Amino acid sequence: MTLKALFAASATAALLLATSASAAELTVGFSQIGSESGWRAAETSVSKSEAAKRKINLKIADAQQKQENQIKAIRSFIAQNVDAIFLAPVVASGWDAVLKEAKEAKIPVVLLDRDIDPSGKDLYLTAVTSDSVHEGEVAGEWLAKTVGGKACNVVELQGTVGASVATNRKKGFDAVIAKNANLKVVRSQTGDFTRAKGKEVMESFIKAENGGKSICAVYAHNDDMMVGAIQAMKEAGLKPGKDILTVSIDAVPDIFKAISAGEANATVELTPNMAGPAFDAIVAFKEKGTVPPKWIQTESKLYTAADDPQKVYDSKKGLGY
Amino acid sequence: MTLRIPRRGLAQAFALIVILMIDRAVSPQFFNLHLQDGRLFGSVIDVLNRGTPVALLSLGMVLVIATGGIDLSVGAVMAIAGATAASLADTHSLPVVIGSALAVGLACGLWNGILVAVLRIQPIVATLILMVAGRGIAQLITEGRIVTFTSPDLVWMGNGAVLGLPTPIVIAIGMLLLTGAVVRGTALGLLIEATGGNARASELSGVGTRAMILSVYVWCGICAALAGVIAAADIMGADANNAGLWLELDAILAVVIGGTSLFGGRFSLVLAVAGAMIIQAMNTGILLSGYPPELNLLVKAVVVLAVLLAQSPRLGDLSRFTARWRRSKP
Repeated sequence: MTLKALFAASATAALLLATSASAAELTVGFSQIGSESGWRAAETSVSKSEAAKRKINLKIADAQQKQENQIKAIRSFIAQNVDAIFLAPVVASGWDAVLKEAKEAKIPVVLLDRDIDPSGKDLYLTAVTSDSVHEGEVAGEWLAKTVGGKACNVVELQGTVGASVATNRKKGFDAVIAKNANLKVVRSQTGDFTRAKGKEVMESFIKAENGGKSICAVYAHNDDMMVGAIQAMKEAGLKPGKDILTVSIDAVPDIFKAISAGEANATVELTPNMAGPAFDAIVAFKEKGTVPPKWIQTESKLYTAADDPQKVYDSKKGLGY
Repeated sequence: MTLRIPRRGLAQAFALIVILMIDRAVSPQFFNLHLQDGRLFGSVIDVLNRGTPVALLSLGMVLVIATGGIDLSVGAVMAIAGATAASLADTHSLPVVIGSALAVGLACGLWNGILVAVLRIQPIVATLILMVAGRGIAQLITEGRIVTFTSPDLVWMGNGAVLGLPTPIVIAIGMLLLTGAVVRGTALGLLIEATGGNARASELSGVGTRAMILSVYVWCGICAALAGVIAAADIMGADANNAGLWLELDAILAVVIGGTSLFGGRFSLVLAVAGAMIIQAMNTGILLSGYPPELNLLVKAVVVLAVLLAQSPRLGDLSRFTARWRRSKP
């Protein structure tokens, strides 16, 4: 842990020292949470490439999952008088003081991926986040469209009980199911967002549902659980993607491998590109004074076998997922 | 001659049977078995198969607990060993892969053992260090991502079969027999129990308590590493963040359900493994039942409480007392 911290700290210092090295038009400071998940790593690398595309000078400060580090990073960005600050807040509360400082320094702040408490509403310019209820809806709509009018028993692998992402992805999916009388969720259990639990839970679903013969589709709140579930189906002699339809969320590289092998059907992307729309909003704000809407919703894109999964896999695998 | 039922193990056997009966009630096909691609397939097999990581952990843990210690790092050791195996799987042969993973487990066990036996740090603190740091080490090995592999040899460790039985079950049975032969076939088991019963008295009567303590932590590390390899082989990948997460608690619970006291002393390998099976029979039952997942932990807590209460010596005294009291009433 200490090694990692040291490394990250020196990397941050190096990034901060490299200030005004290039004569880029805009300098943006990004306080990133840390490397909590593969998705987070992908978000960081996409932010870098999106910045390079626009010739924006991006400084990333890794906060090691600590709010105090983020506050420190924001203060140092203010001291350096950057043109804008991006913040992926590790928690929702406790930002008012430091964001007020940024506001007084007339530096616009954009929230990435996560929102903060309503009390800070007028302290930031805009928030770029995905809508996880909508992700569930996109998954549900794909399923409804694919099965048509046929009766379909769905089993659901939920995320960690109590996690807001899991609750929202369930809510969005359930809303679509409720509109289609032929769709029915027959079993729903938590797989804790992990491959191992996804596999174990799917094994029990298969046994409980007549060897899997009465299951028509699986919906998983993330791709990792689906990768586990696909293994469980194969070991039970079922053909995932054919005997049982699959739809999951996140669009991590490994699910594209499964889609191109015909073992998975669809995934809804939680895009790691939160910085792209944020850069566009900042550029428009700085150049033309256009005030963006308070919430910029990222696209929840659906991927199926028709979207050249092998190519998507190749483009995603280097991002650090 | 009358047939004497051994008093020890009765509560565990009873609990296991009751839980299996409940499983049968919530899921009528529970005991159905058939062959699927040369591998037995059914819920009972799931219980055995999914129970193997905790069963393996409990084999090491029961010896550690018998010396009066505890090992909180087994879940993290699983993650390190799994990460090691997965990173080597596609470029090295199976013996090298497994050898390296077990060597990592041995090193982890040695670290714990030295902290406890030589430096005399309290076991719960000593092993807490590796519990926290170990997952970080595993993340460094995997660079924070899920390392997948396709090596058919290693996949066989998790998903293959020997005579129809899934490989993990065969490995767990083998480890149970091996551990049993080593500790019960020799005086080792007795010496471990003596160390846990009264370390000072044992030391004075010539037991090498330091060597005993050191070796049980090493064995615990090796068992954990094997569990980690199986867990990685099962999902064809090493998930450093989640592999073995909180399993140290299940392993301790399995040992306690198996009737071994946390104060050390007398232990039973078979009952610890039975404890692991009780926990897994319950988990599988919950998954089959179709109850909402919010109830999972609650059901588990109630069942564990019932099993432990059934073993409580005080409760036995209490029931005899109330029976006498009832008899004495006019």
